[in-house]
Amino acid sequence: MEYFLTEQQKTLKSLAHRIAEERILPVRAELDEKEQFPKEILKELADSDLFRIFIPEKYDGLGGGTLDLCLVVEELSRVCSAVAVSFAATALGAYAIILYGSEEQKQKYLPQIASGKIAAFGLTESNAGSDASGIQTTAVKTPEGYILNGTKQFITNGGEADIYTIVALTDKTKGPRGASAFIVEKDAPGFTFGKKEKKIGIRASATRELVFRNCLVPAENLISREGMGFIVTMKVLDNSRPGISAQALGIAQGAMEAAVGYTSQRIQFGQPLISLPVVQYKLAEMALQVEAARALVYAVAKTIDSGVKSFTEESAMAKVFASDVAMKVTVDAVQVCGGAGYMRDYPLEKMMRDAKITQIYEGSNEVLHNAIAIELRKRKGKRE
Amino acid sequence: MNVIVCLKQVPGTTEVKIDPNTNTLIRQGIKAIVNPFDSYALEEGVRLKEKHGGKVTAISMGPPQAADMLKDAISVGADEAVLLSDMAFAGSDTLATAAALGKAVEKIKNYDLIICGRQTIDGDTGQVGPELAENLGIPFIAYVSKIEEIGNGKIRVQRAVEDGHETIEASLPAVITVAKEINVPRMPSLRGLSKSKSAQIPTWTANDIDAPKETIGQAGSGTWVVKVFYPQRIQHAEMLKGEPEVQAKALIEKLKEAKMI
Repeated sequence: MEYFLTEQQKTLKSLAHRIAEERILPVRAELDEKEQFPKEILKELADSDLFRIFIPEKYDGLGGGTLDLCLVVEELSRVCSAVAVSFAATALGAYAIILYGSEEQKQKYLPQIASGKIAAFGLTESNAGSDASGIQTTAVKTPEGYILNGTKQFITNGGEADIYTIVALTDKTKGPRGASAFIVEKDAPGFTFGKKEKKIGIRASATRELVFRNCLVPAENLISREGMGFIVTMKVLDNSRPGISAQALGIAQGAMEAAVGYTSQRIQFGQPLISLPVVQYKLAEMALQVEAARALVYAVAKTIDSGVKSFTEESAMAKVFASDVAMKVTVDAVQVCGGAGYMRDYPLEKMMRDAKITQIYEGSNEVLHNAIAIELRKRKGKRE
Repeated sequence: MNVIVCLKQVPGTTEVKIDPNTNTLIRQGIKAIVNPFDSYALEEGVRLKEKHGGKVTAISMGPPQAADMLKDAISVGADEAVLLSDMAFAGSDTLATAAALGKAVEKIKNYDLIICGRQTIDGDTGQVGPELAENLGIPFIAYVSKIEEIGNGKIRVQRAVEDGHETIEASLPAVITVAKEINVPRMPSLRGLSKSKSAQIPTWTANDIDAPKETIGQAGSGTWVVKVFYPQRIQHAEMLKGEPEVQAKALIEKLKEAKMI
């Protein structure tokens, strides 16, 4: 399929492909087995300027768009989605500053991220996830700055990131309208890390609790203004969600390739498995799902890059569709590879484990169906 | 710290085929790559530049398409690159290659260190580095696995020898050849790739570097390839029969006959 990528996009896609093949592939099974955060690989990605693609040129970035980020995430995820999400979560952590940060905040933090500092975004709590209005972490303004108290959970890059954007309530009486976003540095006094989660998949990525006990954050680290936290969050997630779609797409692509590879070699009934009609049908089904997902993910990324103001619906569609494809394709890929697909010596079981989270995080597919339906109702309302 | 790194483009395969009529490598259909040992040399040069300042100049002698390899060198941190390409260089052995490289180095001037890979994976001679040092009349150290210190007109390096490590000091400028233990070459960066795309690689001919005709190409070569052939593959097996004791005795007899024991 011809997606009319620019020269720059082709270059960064092939660079990400090469790094994935040469540096990530040899270690992905070990990273997964040991649940080891891929610090050195992320440094290599940064040294290759890949952290710069989502940062504006003015702040030492390369000013790339959503599609640029998606192409890199897809290529990394094709080999290891745990590495891909650790990379993408830095973009997630940076988006609040890129979209809503003050000039001073941008000048201070974006060049650091561009050169390889890892970032993270902290929203989820034990009582707040898809329902962001359940946030209980508080931020109280004092003459010294804001004092944060509360615990965030399931935070990707938690403990590994240097720069965090955290959503906390500055006014408990106002619900979501009382939420505000802050930049918190790793060494802020009163900021510690709780338990590291053990997960089914993306095991090399770090998922950890962030604990704030009277954590002092300078007043100038408030993003936008008090009460904007919910809007910042929604906009950040609209922007970052295509990255998760690309992660799902990469997993599906990797699984399809592995399935084609194995079934071409495995001889049963005197012929390679791929010669059997039942296997061919499944592989063809994978190919058409993967390509349909790619067409949608790229189209949504290009829509965002065209400068449209609202893209909640498109962003949700790409994420839901691609993640469902990733789950289905990986399950089918394990199935056509039989026993080998189930074994840890082969990459497919990991891909199947990794796929599941893409249906869950950055807005569960259920809550995103809801978001799409809301847009449908809004449009119907406008027509009447 | 100005560093010159010598690179060679080699066939990216372990299955080298030879044209029996011309005694040369069949390069068609085989992707050319940078000699892997040379990529360690380049990486070390770039690291020295990053630490001490200065610039890295990559040079290569080869056909015009070797310019692509020099562009790749720019994508991983070389500042400049020069290609020596001229029919007058054709048929050069290591002696003639080192003569041409030496003249090019003299033209580049202002250098503190020249780094080469320990050998190429096609010719495998490991001679060009030392011959280059000889031509330039400067010190040479082979198989360097670590640069311990460099500066104030001196370089101190480690190199692996059979029963340990040697630490060697030499005055600068000098030529070193590096082993793969020295570093892990980096991936290109996006900014490097964009720089390499627009980079112009100057091509120098024999005239440009004032290389006397008798020192380069076939005329300057001390060796000629007379014949290239595949080793004959002889497969011959004799199966011993009988009980293990009988077979063992028979085997001992055979080995004695062959004067192997």
